[in-house]
Amino acid sequence: MQPFRVHTGLVAPLYRPNIDTDQIVPKQFLKRIERTGFGQFLFYDWRYLPDGRPDPSFVLNMPRYRGASVLVAGRNFGCGSSREHAPWALADYGFRAVIAPSFADIFANNAIKNGLLPVVLDEEIVQLIATRAEQSAYTLTIDLEQGEVRDPNASLARFQIDPFARHCLLNGLDEIALTLQHETLIAAYEERRRRRDL
Amino acid sequence: MGRTLLDKIWEEHVVHQPVGAPALLYIDLHLVHEVTSPQAFDGLRAAGRRVRRPDLTVATVDHNVPTADRHLPIADQVAAQQIAALRRNCREFGITLFDIDSAYQGIVHVIGPELGLTQPGMTIVCGDSHTSTHGAFGALAFGIGTSEVEHVLATQCLPQRKPRTMAVRVHGELPPGVAAKDLALGIIRAIGTDGATGHVIEYMGPAVRALSMEGRMTLCNMSIEAGARAGMISPDEKTFAYLRGRPFAPQGAAWEAAVRRWSELASDDKASFDRVVDIEARTLAPFVTWGTSPGQVVAVTERVPDPAQAPTETERRAAERALAYMGLAPGMPIEEIPVDRVFIGSCTNARLEDLRAAAAVVRGYRVHPRVRAMVVPGSQQVKRAAEAEQLDQVFRRAGFEWRDPGCSMCLGMNADTLQPGERCASTSNRNFEGRQGRGGRTHLVSPMMAAAAAIAGHFIDVRQWKFK
Ligand code: SF4
Repeated sequence: MQPFRVHTGLVAPLYRPNIDTDQIVPKQFLKRIERTGFGQFLFYDWRYLPDGRPDPSFVLNMPRYRGASVLVAGRNFGCGSSREHAPWALADYGFRAVIAPSFADIFANNAIKNGLLPVVLDEEIVQLIATRAEQSAYTLTIDLEQGEVRDPNASLARFQIDPFARHCLLNGLDEIALTLQHETLIAAYEERRRRRDL
Repeated sequence: MGRTLLDKIWEEHVVHQPVGAPALLYIDLHLVHEVTSPQAFDGLRAAGRRVRRPDLTVATVDHNVPTADRHLPIADQVAAQQIAALRRNCREFGITLFDIDSAYQGIVHVIGPELGLTQPGMTIVCGDSHTSTHGAFGALAFGIGTSEVEHVLATQCLPQRKPRTMAVRVHGELPPGVAAKDLALGIIRAIGTDGATGHVIEYMGPAVRALSMEGRMTLCNMSIEAGARAGMISPDEKTFAYLRGRPFAPQGAAWEAAVRRWSELASDDKASFDRVVDIEARTLAPFVTWGTSPGQVVAVTERVPDPAQAPTETERRAAERALAYMGLAPGMPIEEIPVDRVFIGSCTNARLEDLRAAAAVVRGYRVHPRVRAMVVPGSQQVKRAAEAEQLDQVFRRAGFEWRDPGCSMCLGMNADTLQPGERCASTSNRNFEGRQGRGGRTHLVSPMMAAAAAIAGHFIDVRQWKFK
């Protein structure tokens, strides 16, 4: 996976609750058999009008949010399907972190596996960040090493993440290789089960 | 200290528990479909890895298969490629595939149980969030992403933190006309779409025990819509009776031994849960969602709520957005909402019992002239069983389309989609914006309620229905 240590970037606000994976990548784009190139489909039905032109009122189409790499959203972000295409699309578009009051479990897992950091902060702080990002160009630093979110003027909040996920993210570890180190334990487990089921 | 069903399954499957890190959990059954697996197989190839236990891995095609004209080549080239990729991958890695022409093909969460692949006490994963369905058998079953699919293919294990537990106790008896689907929607209404995030729900209580296996599957299926990692119900005589004699269930002496083991799985009386939610079955009614999230739901006899009454500013804005998308006005009686389409299908409600319930409503009536209605059975086996009872005739005579099995209009990856602005009464599980087609408006209901809406042309309280 892509390591994540400290990232500073422009914030794009999409402060709505229950943004589901069908909105993040609509299903008509799930038929590709590659892992790459999903950024063009991110938030497709919101980003483009039915005739295919970009919808100028959608946040990612506003010139001032060009190059945004931190998304701030409402609670239960990523609810719905298990499609990993959702974090693939966010990461491919250029996002490195999503800040929200809460995330759906499967989405958060999938995001971490792709070096996209889900940052859980209190609702009030998330709302504050969203408001500031709506008012003017707002840049945040997300520091996984320190577990801290800072803006150019001050430290805003601390955040928690599962220590194992943090370790994998900081070091960009291949989790499958880690599990395969336990091959003898897996084989022994299978042998115990085989005996029991005889 | 008593142990919960989750504790028992968990402890049985821990291969390794490193200090401070997630447990390495052994996976008994890995179900695979065409949409979330191609990149996982590519990952294996790129790393020179093999599938550790092809014998514990089973694949089918469901998400983007056509549900009509199956004798013709698949018209959608990209879907055809994805299906071809699954065939190649299963051949290369030695995985059983129930392909489009197999008598066992169907929606992955319908075929697992009906083939007896799904069994109590198992750990089951699939690259699909509704894997929670299999928890109806007292299994720990949860959806995973493609990276995790690759992980399980390569190692047959997953590093997992143990989720918290939530007991949902449903007291009393479901009133007539109130289905398992309504129970699921009622629970989501009570706890919210993120009410069970981080938890595994164990459903219990008399109303849950009284459900058939089909009803239990519907209930567990929608656990994910309440944010839960999984839903589960401890196995009992109904579970065993359902599984006995199924193609992949244990036979003979192995069956007896298995039933003895499975009988030990129920949560102990003294087991404690991180959260407990109590629901009174008699307070439930046939429900209809009015918005774009499954938690935006009211009884069929109620009205579309007024966003001004929402508890917070964020929710008010979300409700206004939902109403604008759904083309509804606050205060409108649900029973006056007209429908254009009716979809009876999906892993939530496309089993034989669901089709029977819908057919009982439809029998002797005709679909409203404005409505286009379709039934998509959950699997080939469901389809044949329904045809043996001539349910297809009941539906066809009334004017329903009778299709071949697949996910179909549950997510609209194939040709079965809503047109912009079309309104659908659907037995599926998600009413998200665009879920059934861009601009499509989805109302989630039970099979009986969907059938009644098809006939009436608008939502109608099935408790008042005149069965013929
Ligand atoms: S029927 Fe719908 S919810 Fe079920 S597996 Fe298919 S797409 Fe997913």
